[in-house]
Amino acid sequence: MSSTPFALAAAPSRRRDALQFYGAWLAVIAVMLILPRAFSSGGALTTFSLMGISVIFALSYNILLGQTGMLSFGHAVYYGLGGFLAVHAMNAIGAAKWPVPLPVVPLIGGLAGLVFALILGWVSTRRSGTAFAMISLGVAELVASSALILRSFFGGEAGVTANRTKLFKLFGLSFGPQIQIYYLVAAWTLIALIAMYALTRTPFGRMCNAVRDNPERVQFVGYDPHIVRYIAFAFAGLFAGIAGALSAINFEIANSAYLGTQQSGVALFAAYIGGIGVFIGPVIGAILVTYLSLVLSDLSSVWQLYFGLIFIAVVAFAPGGIAGLLLRHRPLLRAGQMWPVLRAYVVAAPPTAVMLAGLVLGIEIVVRHTVGTSDDPVMHLFGYSLDTGSPLSWAIAALLTLVGFTLARLTWKHVARAFDDAMTVARAKGYLA
Amino acid sequence: MTPSAPPAIALDDVRKSFGRLEIIRGLNLSVAAGERHAIIGPNGAGKSTTFNLISGYMAPTSGEVRLDGQVISGLPPFQINRRGLSRSFQVTNVFAHMSVWENVRCALLWTTGHRYAFWKNVDRLPDVRERTAMILEDIGLAARAEVPAGLLTYAEQRALEIGITTAGGAKVILLDEPTAGMSHAETERAVALIRRLTEGRTLLIVEHDMSVVFGLADRISVLVYGQIIASGTPDQIRNDARVQEAYLGVEAA
Ligand SMILES: Nc1ncnc2c1ncn2[C@@H]1O[C@H](COP(=O)(O)OP(=O)(O)O)[C@@H](O)[C@H]1O
Ligand SMILES: [Mg+2]
Repeated sequence: MSSTPFALAAAPSRRRDALQFYGAWLAVIAVMLILPRAFSSGGALTTFSLMGISVIFALSYNILLGQTGMLSFGHAVYYGLGGFLAVHAMNAIGAAKWPVPLPVVPLIGGLAGLVFALILGWVSTRRSGTAFAMISLGVAELVASSALILRSFFGGEAGVTANRTKLFKLFGLSFGPQIQIYYLVAAWTLIALIAMYALTRTPFGRMCNAVRDNPERVQFVGYDPHIVRYIAFAFAGLFAGIAGALSAINFEIANSAYLGTQQSGVALFAAYIGGIGVFIGPVIGAILVTYLSLVLSDLSSVWQLYFGLIFIAVVAFAPGGIAGLLLRHRPLLRAGQMWPVLRAYVVAAPPTAVMLAGLVLGIEIVVRHTVGTSDDPVMHLFGYSLDTGSPLSWAIAALLTLVGFTLARLTWKHVARAFDDAMTVARAKGYLA
Repeated sequence: MTPSAPPAIALDDVRKSFGRLEIIRGLNLSVAAGERHAIIGPNGAGKSTTFNLISGYMAPTSGEVRLDGQVISGLPPFQINRRGLSRSFQVTNVFAHMSVWENVRCALLWTTGHRYAFWKNVDRLPDVRERTAMILEDIGLAARAEVPAGLLTYAEQRALEIGITTAGGAKVILLDEPTAGMSHAETERAVALIRRLTEGRTLLIVEHDMSVVFGLADRISVLVYGQIIASGTPDQIRNDARVQEAYLGVEAA
């Protein structure tokens, strides 16, 4: 294998890369502008707002996990504190009639996240790995339990509410209608996206990667990995705080759920499912997880179980997440070897779908039987009505799962072979990645 | 105690125990500035441990390590590195998921003064780019700049290891068996590279290949069982009876 094609391809591809780069950002802006026109219902606008918030939160989390190699179980602490500070700021600004408009409030949330990350992060960032993960969990528990004790600040179980329309109005914007909130979130999402992307391309950002790869060696090129991790932690806190504040603005409330481990789990989920190895990964993951949690929670009472299964599937079969999965096909695409692989995917899709349908059916039957006592025993799934009490339903579920699994296994082996063959051709043509 | 320039590296009765086992047993060593100094000795003698003690990877149990006359024992590795000492590892120790280019660049960001900067575009630092390109050229990996370090061949990884170690421009360089496992031709290239990259610097090198040692070193120290048993010019070492008995004799057999 020679390196010449690579070297020759370098010069023109740089211009193409630059075009792709700025094109991608313009596309992001275009999508943000088109979305509210294409889907203008209040529900859709709320969904998009939640996606934007989730994107910022997941990306902030990936500063830790993907960029610097720190597994945190308590990232929602900074999201939540950003949210609470934002709510109190809104109330204070509204009451005192300070000339501070609503779009500035996320900055207050961000500063809160930053300051608390600076205070709480110094000790935990001394170590990475298990020690860091455990301390993050401990700090999260500490803050969550304080939230229930310090009622005057955190509002106890009920939380603290605010009225976002009572602030100083810039250009006559009241921020009552959801469309205005959408644009506020979109603008902050764009700012946060650009800022966090730029961060990866700084000397500090590159040293984060170095600390992730080999914290020991970093010390022998002049860097203190503790400081690198500490700064990364501070930035992660800053952007998490912005996300929390936007959430508080959106719902006009902050409560203890903002700080909880479940919220921390959302960031981990989104980042990991999307792919922590690529900048765009957590963006994909956040959008998908937000969408799924809204859709699935309408469809099934055990939607979190499906989340767990998806998460396990990603960890087991696609540790690079969705983005990593897509990226693996880039050399094939470049070498014009996509067809045989795509064909194999098409063949593998039906039996896989059958297997999943069987699994879903099985899960839902079990759920009706064990949990849903008040529920109607007849359930409606994929347009069919099934009596969950009858053994026939159980048999159908088992049959679908087994047959689907048996066939899917064969077809996926075929996919793997097609992929390897295509990759061999691509490698021979000099496309490594 | 000479009143003139202090040695680049000085070890003063350095000891190191792991548990109850004393591995470095009162080690004294002095390397003059600008000197190429080789440490030889049988496997398990404590050569790598000595490097670990000098570079701050571990603190000595007792004794003192000085760099240009200043005590550095007990300092963390990054502070010792910032004072101008850089080391390589016997087992390749690079940033596996990062490209060769990024590996070398990370190794010189501190000394070029960019440190923890989060407000500069790392791709738009002309000084950094030039030096990175120069070092890649030097270590013969320019054509492999975009390849993840983990995918390099063994010899390439060893070259990268040397590149990372010398990139920051440290005055004192420690290389731990840089040619181990290399073919004869690869070794020759590596030695030429080491010669070039350590020009005008102080070099302390652990090496098993005697032709490399006697060709490259101004002075040689023989480390056996945690102590320096002889230190001198290549000729003095070759003719030292204790060395022949304890070490070279074994080699010749
Ligand atoms: N971290 C450690 N803990 C315990 N024993 C160690 C450690 N590092 C080295 N040793 C022991 O010290 C001795 C010298 O090792 P080393 O310095 O690697 O030898 P050399 O580089 O001369 O071959 C060996 O017996 C090794 O097992
Ligand atoms: Mg050794």
